[in-house]
Amino acid sequence: MNTRRFFLRNSALAMVGAGSVPLWLERALYAADAPSPRKKILVAIFQRGAADGLNIVVPHAEKRYYEMRPSIAVPRPSQSADRREDAAIDLDGFFGLHPALAPLKPIWDDGHLAIVHAAGSPDPTRSHFDAQDFMESATPGLKATADGWMNRALPREAVTVSPVRAVAMGPVLPRAMRGPNPAVAVQNLSDFQVRNAAASGAFQALYADSPDAQLHAAGRETFEAVSLLQSIQKHPYEPAAGANYPKGRFGDCLRQIAQLIKSDVGVEMAFADVGGWDHHVNEVGARASQGQLATRLADFGQSLAAFWLDLGDRRQDIALVTMSEFGRTARENGDRGTDHGHANCMFVMGGAVRGSKVYGKWPGLEQEQLYEARDLALTTDFRDVLGELVQTQLGNRDLTKVFPGYTPKPRGILT
Amino acid sequence: MSNKLPSAAFIGLTLCLLTAISQGAALFRQPISKDQKVEHALNRLAFGPRPGDVQHVQALGLKKWIDLQLHPERIPENPSLAAKLRPLDTIGMTTAQMIQSYPSPALVKEMIAGKLPFPDDPDKRMMVDRLAARLQGKAGEDGVPQPASPELASLLAPGQLRILRTGAPQQKLDLFNSFPQDRQNQLLEAMGQGMRMQLYAAAPPSLRRRIQSANLPQAMVVQDLTEAKLLRAVYGNRQLEEVLADFWYNHFNVFIEKGADHYLVTAYDRDAIRPYVLGKFEDILRATAQSPAMLFYLDNWESVGAQSPAGKRRHLGLNENYGRELLELHTLGVDGGYTQKDVTEVARCFTGWTIRQPQREAVFEFNPRMHDDGEKTVLGVRIAAGGGVDDGYKVLHLLAHHPSTARFISRKLAMRFVADDPPSSLVDRMAATFLKKGGDLRAVMKTMFDSPEFWSRGAYRAKMKSPLEMVASSLRALNADVDFTFALANQLNQLGEPLYRKAEPTGYSNSGQEWLNSAGLLARMNFSVALANNKVPGVKVDSSQSSQGVTLGSPDFQKK
Repeated sequence: MNTRRFFLRNSALAMVGAGSVPLWLERALYAADAPSPRKKILVAIFQRGAADGLNIVVPHAEKRYYEMRPSIAVPRPSQSADRREDAAIDLDGFFGLHPALAPLKPIWDDGHLAIVHAAGSPDPTRSHFDAQDFMESATPGLKATADGWMNRALPREAVTVSPVRAVAMGPVLPRAMRGPNPAVAVQNLSDFQVRNAAASGAFQALYADSPDAQLHAAGRETFEAVSLLQSIQKHPYEPAAGANYPKGRFGDCLRQIAQLIKSDVGVEMAFADVGGWDHHVNEVGARASQGQLATRLADFGQSLAAFWLDLGDRRQDIALVTMSEFGRTARENGDRGTDHGHANCMFVMGGAVRGSKVYGKWPGLEQEQLYEARDLALTTDFRDVLGELVQTQLGNRDLTKVFPGYTPKPRGILT
Repeated sequence: MSNKLPSAAFIGLTLCLLTAISQGAALFRQPISKDQKVEHALNRLAFGPRPGDVQHVQALGLKKWIDLQLHPERIPENPSLAAKLRPLDTIGMTTAQMIQSYPSPALVKEMIAGKLPFPDDPDKRMMVDRLAARLQGKAGEDGVPQPASPELASLLAPGQLRILRTGAPQQKLDLFNSFPQDRQNQLLEAMGQGMRMQLYAAAPPSLRRRIQSANLPQAMVVQDLTEAKLLRAVYGNRQLEEVLADFWYNHFNVFIEKGADHYLVTAYDRDAIRPYVLGKFEDILRATAQSPAMLFYLDNWESVGAQSPAGKRRHLGLNENYGRELLELHTLGVDGGYTQKDVTEVARCFTGWTIRQPQREAVFEFNPRMHDDGEKTVLGVRIAAGGGVDDGYKVLHLLAHHPSTARFISRKLAMRFVADDPPSSLVDRMAATFLKKGGDLRAVMKTMFDSPEFWSRGAYRAKMKSPLEMVASSLRALNADVDFTFALANQLNQLGEPLYRKAEPTGYSNSGQEWLNSAGLLARMNFSVALANNKVPGVKVDSSQSSQGVTLGSPDFQKK
């Protein structure tokens, strides 16, 4: 199948020598077969470690929430100036954002941010490894699924395909993007090259001359991607005014994804992950605005807000979705933390998102409403959210192939 | 386009494909030359030739060399490999010893609480005491101990500090060695990562271990395991055994980062995989089925019969993970002719196959209180009620001698050793040997190495190397001197094959195609140039080799 892929690509790209074409022409080439001149783009964010959805999107109108989390609950929204920075930011009178997510509130107010609560994987596992695996393969309970949902979700290739249509930020392709379709892992855009210039030329010639059809084609694809990614880096990237990405890996990842999107190199999907959510101990400090969760969320919220601002008029083209392998226990444990739970919340942000709304049926937190008497119950399968994105954002209607054994039920999150 | 008649393009494509297929089959009938045979053998039965290997095999005779490789116990092991493996003490330890000697912060806490014994070895005891002191002093926000380390400047005179910052490697080492051990430990804690790594590069192996285990002793377990695997691939004389150890580990893959498996994989690789790679299939199947590593990885250790005493009391139930992968990945193959009902029945047979104290002693045990003692039917074979632990043995025996297993295993071996899509004529003969010889893996290998298909143009240089094969064959080709391997291990991560860290139970693929992607190719090119120019820490090559970087990264060298 790789051979077929390479041959298809080569026939179309033969007319354009890699690296020798002005950027605008490459842009035009990649855009030529698109239904609209610009590609629609899906960005997926994985919060690894099981983020605590109940403290991220707080059910502040639930009395039980405060009873079960006496020392780590996020206080109810408050108007008083001295308490506001530790209180939930009200969204709809029932839910509120963790105060560290304040940078996302304007996006919510503008109607471009939606939340799905009590969402996640129906599989009962509380193993990080298994649950991440199931969420990335999007086949809960089936471990031997070879490829990931993002790879399967790539729309069928037209004749011309960008070498960077699916990009994951990181050293290796995440499970979600692995599979037969081309996808590239990029640790750092500036490093995506042969670092020794003389050797680079020699390699390019050797692969061009290789009698091995596959290596010849793979070499060609590689050097195309290299020249494409190098060409957009001739000048240092300047994010849009006011887009202040926080220092750190996640901010770097989103900044580079924005750079790729704004450079029109044919990206259709991007993936980034962010770790550090497994807060068994000291999840919350002396106040809600302190502690590990607040620190992680500040980085998370600022990065997403910077990304949104940076995209400018390209916001129309993107949909971003966040997920985490499972939620955390409804009750706090004895160490000011929480243990592995079940349902969680997901964020969906984008130009075509019907935002300012928390989607999903709220299952409640009374004892008999909890999953296995301890965790937030699940009312929305994560594949319902992803399925809608795949269908509406990517225009891929073959959902039975993307989500084998499951029929996603769209929730009307996208227009 | 007409929907009745196939288009000319379609017919053309079909003809092309048919020609390609028949050409492919013909290629497996065309023999290769004598010289090519030697090269082919060294690429497939070994991790590529070292300088002088071709001459060695020619002098010995190819047939004799292969026969020796099939009997590794007759090959004297390379003494320099033994010397390099000696400092890696975890590779010979039991799980309990490892937990005691290289504990995680959670285990140190248990030692403090008196639930686990402290290590006996005085050096290791000191290390654990230091960790314990830090843990008790200040639990960091995330529960990881935060060193309350003194400033470097308060431990050293200005001149000494200058040496540590900018001195020559030997000067740094001499200065460090001039301090008593407790001061050395304080220094190690106070140093930044960069300074520690510079000292590391100059240090002898014993000091290196102290530098590394100062902060994260549990990391030594995985590092030793990875290092041993790389060293054996590069230096070992028993090359086929090593290639097979890699094959069978991936066949029975376990992900080392799944919780307790961190401490379980060392013994698994050593005791459940390596001794059996040329033995009987049923033996390796049984060894993996009873290994704590596999029981934990595929959750069988907590699988409980719903009607068993434990199931009734604790509302626990059946976990089918191991049962499913046993059929699909370890034995019959996905098309091997079993049903979901068989999966459930197999899982019922293995209830009670569990681990005693997974975080401490971690040994296999059969717990009858967890076992489903009812009657089961597996692949049409009735297993009478009350069989206890024998239920599992019966299933393993049934599967180990099943024709689907014979074919599935034979095809997978041929995929690794012959071609991504091996000719079925060969697979059929290997499977026949498998069944005739009771799953004797050495006999199956011999059938393959005696076949014309193995020595054909269809096989010769037809496969893409895996990252491990690419890295090991590069080191062998340049006769590199490998001193330590964490940078090499990182290279393997970049290339997409972090050792012992394939999360899925499928293991890394035996299909060369899988490794063909842009990021991987770029990483191969960059690794090659770095290696040939002595830019991979811990590895030295002759400086006259720098032009070899382009050769190692070339399309030719990616094939085997």
